[in-house]
Amino acid sequence: MNDRILMLGNQAISRGLIENGCAVATSYPGTPASEILPSLVEWRLAENTRLHAQWAVNEKVAFEIAYTAAMTGLRSMVSMKQVGLNVASDPLMSAAYMGTVGGFLVVCADDPGPHSSQTEQDSRMMAMMAKIPVLDPDSPAQAKDMIAMGYALSEAFEIPVMIRPTTRVCHARQDVAVSPIVADTRQPKFEKNPARWAATPKFRFRLHQSLEQKLSAISNHAATAPQRCNPGADESRQAIVVSGVAAAHTRDVMKDLGLWDHVPLYQVLQPFPLHREFITHLDTAYSQILVIEESAGIIELQIADRRKVLGKVSGTVPSVGEILPETIEAIVAKFAGKSVSPPDLPLTAPGRHPTLCAGCPHRASFFAIKKAAPRGIYTSDIGCYTLGLNLGAVDTFICMGAAISQAAGFYQAFRHEARRPDIVATLGDSTFFHAGIPALIDAVVQNVRFVLVILDNRTTAMTGNQPTPACGRGIGGEPTITVAIEKLVQGCGVAFCETGDPYDVPAFISLVKSAVAYSRETGPAVVIARRPCLLDRSQVESRHPFIRVHVVEKDCDACHYCIQHFECPALITDGKDKPVRVNPAACTGCGVCLHVCPKKAIVITEKV
Amino acid sequence: MTIQQQIIISGVGGQGVLFVTRLLAEAAMMKGFPVLTSETHGMAQRGGTVVSHLKVGDFSSPLIRPFSADGLLAFKSESLAQHGGFVKSGGWAVVNSGGPLQSTGELKVESVDADAIAGNIGNLKSVNLIMLGASLSRLSGDCGLFCTLTDILTVLKMQISGAPAKLESFTAAIHAGYKV
Ligand code: SF4
Ligand code: SF4
Repeated sequence: MNDRILMLGNQAISRGLIENGCAVATSYPGTPASEILPSLVEWRLAENTRLHAQWAVNEKVAFEIAYTAAMTGLRSMVSMKQVGLNVASDPLMSAAYMGTVGGFLVVCADDPGPHSSQTEQDSRMMAMMAKIPVLDPDSPAQAKDMIAMGYALSEAFEIPVMIRPTTRVCHARQDVAVSPIVADTRQPKFEKNPARWAATPKFRFRLHQSLEQKLSAISNHAATAPQRCNPGADESRQAIVVSGVAAAHTRDVMKDLGLWDHVPLYQVLQPFPLHREFITHLDTAYSQILVIEESAGIIELQIADRRKVLGKVSGTVPSVGEILPETIEAIVAKFAGKSVSPPDLPLTAPGRHPTLCAGCPHRASFFAIKKAAPRGIYTSDIGCYTLGLNLGAVDTFICMGAAISQAAGFYQAFRHEARRPDIVATLGDSTFFHAGIPALIDAVVQNVRFVLVILDNRTTAMTGNQPTPACGRGIGGEPTITVAIEKLVQGCGVAFCETGDPYDVPAFISLVKSAVAYSRETGPAVVIARRPCLLDRSQVESRHPFIRVHVVEKDCDACHYCIQHFECPALITDGKDKPVRVNPAACTGCGVCLHVCPKKAIVITEKV
Repeated sequence: MTIQQQIIISGVGGQGVLFVTRLLAEAAMMKGFPVLTSETHGMAQRGGTVVSHLKVGDFSSPLIRPFSADGLLAFKSESLAQHGGFVKSGGWAVVNSGGPLQSTGELKVESVDADAIAGNIGNLKSVNLIMLGASLSRLSGDCGLFCTLTDILTVLKMQISGAPAKLESFTAAIHAGYKV
């Protein structure tokens, strides 16, 4: 069988996993890695293998589950986005020492740009810090091939292997050749070995020694050695070294510039550890080496004679942002002494910024929060609701769960001031499970006077509506035990915990007001804003009845308060002093705007 | 036959840019051409600018460089200003717009009032398919697409075979765009 299927990079990765006998796969959703696990489940359904796939509550938990399964000799995988690996970095560092028995892959997707992330960090640097090998695919097809390569490498050296795709691999689509799915027939077996699996510092020292030996052998491992892309090219004292999607761009660019037959091009498959022979070869054969990679200079760092290198440190290749093919074109042309007139980018018109969906319950919650604590400090978190920024209802966010600890930080900073600001933290249900709970316990212990609004839309919305522990279903729709947010909040020791519906605007505003009042006098207060995400197909039954609304033109004085402070994309206008209209193609009938217009110009048309 | 076509498809999150990209990519594959796309997923899908790069033929990079695309399929009129710079001189742009558009530079610009057509056929969410239909009929000769209406309809049938009502309304939208 040599069929080709059109696949997203993330689907190609999951196809590689299922073709290579992956038995346990875990993840926490995050762009650009989110589609790996769901498409794995789709392949599983098609072929009915015994693979266990699950969303875990966070990346650390996901990592530990998958890693431990590999300790028994099965093949496993954990996937996440780059900042997710920060959360899982603790087990990663130790797993490198203890190594693995079955193949264990850490698929960590980076986001140079950044397009949908807080940082542009290079996970290959994390692999280097942990001392594990990392493979860097240039396309969906190569990402799939690297799964087989990675498993073989992992088992040959009993070491975790990182696969590091980037957004342009994960979210590229390509026709990819598929092979049959191999049913995994391995039996799990756990050999007790405290010196390895429960190693104390003395044994850790030995494990570290053996890790160094493994790395040294891996840097001679033929299967992952750099490849010469254009073996027929003339000999030259100059060479170009590339990896990841930069390799794909560079191949096209060199052909277009007519350099394919004139400058040797090498593609590094395994940026760390860089192959020793390759390092020597570069040193003896070339006097000038251009290195193009995203996003840090990992390959470049390992080259013997740094004076020969043109790359990040020399300022030849940008260290910030995505390296676009047009940038590579200019760099390569200059390197080869070709003059190209770089096109002046005429892409001047600004794009649209993203915004919460029309009728998103978060918009209603933010509106209520601003009414209840108009001069408050608003800490927030990672999710669709980060877009509350546009509404002036998000002042800060750092990383998963930090809304609560930042609220505590502001409280401690201001606690002795005569006028303490109200502090309102917002975070989503999935984020609360992920990293909010420890911070909430801490806030209770320190009696932090703040309000936490948990935006509970019963899903992980931003990344494509993955279930949360409160949903009662797993990734394949299978039923799971449900964990109630109220009980967790109460269990953390919070005395004020009330649930409300943000669509019920007046009642919800007064609920948030009472929480703010409680927090001023007494201690932490939690409001659970419960209303399903509109894009979540699994919650269609719990949709609110459609309320048809329109703007009474004579009552609208074009103040545009609703557009500026509420920003529902269904409320539109033809110009600065033109009245507002409801765009029926966009309106979802939530009815919240009825309470927003200060002139009461938005009214109900009919209830359907 | 060797084919090399690079097309930018742009709009805002929720308009179905990804769906049209996928249909075109499947059509390319069905015809035996290698295909690569690069898509916008994640935060921008919440109403932000969404742009797909579609490359049919022998390419390794998933991204289109400025002044290299054969054409632009724009689901919002503002996309012409935002993404017109990807298109090479002599290339085309099919743009959703209520009125005629100023042809920028050396582009052949076709405007299609897809919002109005969507209103007429009673399917406000079908702007993307109307635009696809329109580009299949309006582009020809040097500017012709690598696939035909029949190819797209075949792909559509394969993609949504399980939902006859959906298939019917999607097909109607493509035809409505094709006919204008
Ligand atoms: S996807 Fe859901 S949570 Fe996100 S903005 Fe839309 S309605 Fe809100
Ligand atoms: S009812 Fe109002 S707030 Fe809700 S989606 Fe429609 S216009 Fe927006």
